[in-house]
Amino acid sequence: MNELVRKERFSVVRDTEKRKKKLKTESSLWWMYLPGLVIITVFIIYPFINGIRLSFTNWNGFSQTYDWVGLQQYKRLLADPTTWLVIKNTLLYGIGSTIFQNIIGLLYALLLNQSIKMKALTRTIVYLPVIISPIIMGYIWYFFFAYQGGALNDLLVFLGFEKINALGTPELNSWIIVFVNTYQFVGIAMIIYLAGLQSISKDYYEAAQLDGASALQQFKNITLPLLMPSITINVVLNIIGGLKLFDVIVALTGGGPGDASQSMSTFMYDLYFRRQDAGYAATQGVCMALIILVISLSALMYFKRKETEA
Amino acid sequence: MDYTNKRKKRFFTFLALCITLVHIVPFYILVTTSLKATGDFSSKWVFPKSIHLENFTTAWEQANLGNSFMNTFIITFISAILLIFLGSMAAYPLARRQTKLNKYVYFIFIAVMVIPPLTALVPLYKMVVNMGMMNTYQIAILNNVAAFLPLTIFLYAGFIRSTISKELEEAARIDGAGTLTIFFKIVFPLLKPVTASILIIASVYIWNDYQFAIFFLQDKEMHTLTVTLASFFAENQNNLSLVGAAAIIAMLPMTILFLVLQKYFIAGLSSGSVKG
Repeated sequence: MNELVRKERFSVVRDTEKRKKKLKTESSLWWMYLPGLVIITVFIIYPFINGIRLSFTNWNGFSQTYDWVGLQQYKRLLADPTTWLVIKNTLLYGIGSTIFQNIIGLLYALLLNQSIKMKALTRTIVYLPVIISPIIMGYIWYFFFAYQGGALNDLLVFLGFEKINALGTPELNSWIIVFVNTYQFVGIAMIIYLAGLQSISKDYYEAAQLDGASALQQFKNITLPLLMPSITINVVLNIIGGLKLFDVIVALTGGGPGDASQSMSTFMYDLYFRRQDAGYAATQGVCMALIILVISLSALMYFKRKETEA
Repeated sequence: MDYTNKRKKRFFTFLALCITLVHIVPFYILVTTSLKATGDFSSKWVFPKSIHLENFTTAWEQANLGNSFMNTFIITFISAILLIFLGSMAAYPLARRQTKLNKYVYFIFIAVMVIPPLTALVPLYKMVVNMGMMNTYQIAILNNVAAFLPLTIFLYAGFIRSTISKELEEAARIDGAGTLTIFFKIVFPLLKPVTASILIIASVYIWNDYQFAIFFLQDKEMHTLTVTLASFFAENQNNLSLVGAAAIIAMLPMTILFLVLQKYFIAGLSSGSVKG
């Protein structure tokens, strides 16, 4: 009896040893991914870690020496009203664009999922801005919103209203940036929702119609739950895109007036290149990475849970 | 019943028409602006009385657009080729050989996707200056490759795991083929659909990139289209016709490509965003 157990144990040991050996003979082929690994280490991982280090210094961006200042930059960041304004803007760009892109994208998708004429043309026109550089898109909308000779003011004057300095008014210009970002990328949301809608079986709707469900009930009880995976993708994608916003802001307002429409990316750029405050810029970078990480992961988790509930 | 359906259809078509018109407005404004004479301050909604096509040639020359086209093209083209080559090669063992080491490495590649490139701007800039790589194609290319490599590997590895059968590779191995031969002769050709998607996603983003370009390509000769346009805008704020013309020239190649290959663009860009 004892011997049998021992034998069995031995054979288990031998088996795992065999497996280990097999694993060893199956080479990892590490040389095939080595170049890629080196590139991301040198250009992403190392700078990222180095950035955390620099955020504890008072480096000015060009001198060879700098002092270790501990948590001073972080204290400064928390006490700086500009930082809070910039974080508020960044959240507005991230969350505001996400809400608009998803609601409008979903409405467009619902419409274009019907059998109507002009479907292909509408889809093309809505999607086209996605492939245009955001900085160029910013300039195109500058022609629209500019105070002098902008299309909006031409229209307002024609209708007998006062001209408005839309891009030069704090608060208002932040919303314009949200609007332009939404306009540019609503096409991606639309396409993802269209794909989601087309994967929902028609049988559900037929059954619901037999039961006498209204269009609104059908949308609430069939379309929305089954669209949950598309919503997750869109929300996470748009949040990350919006929180990183840079080009459109540079083109439309340059972050101004003052710092009124600055986002964390443009503010960081300013701190580093214009204000010679590189240590502080690095601190802003760490803070921005944290914010993006926390918000995108919590959005991901929230919507994933909704997906399984649905 | 049929009658209400017809009315509904007409109403929806009308809505689609409205959406199209609203979305076309900025392009319409851009075109009218670009065709007007300098000093023509008529409303941007009004089509120009006389059409000034010379704005385009003037913009082309003054902004040195030919040079920026070349720079943008070189950077986009080489980055895309490198991404396809390095990404597919790296994805193959990561998808096929589940050793402990490979699992860690795959995790590293995927985790890096969370780091927004901009957050490491300060140290990256410092490093590039120290390496003497400012204003070179190499730095623009390497930055773009680093930024897109994780997504590329993610898409390739998923595809290899889910759709490419191991039997083919094993048969080739028995016939005495080495790993590289198996990869390039058997696996790589089967990856075509992902390769096409990645080519489209990466080209669009790299062609449109402004951030990396403005940080690392500050020398005028090295400017890409986006940077050229930004500085041209700063110099010509009082002559929007020229800026409009330059903007149209800069976005024309991608727009034409998009209109011709629409189906692939939409599939490629949305599949990348779905899985990324």
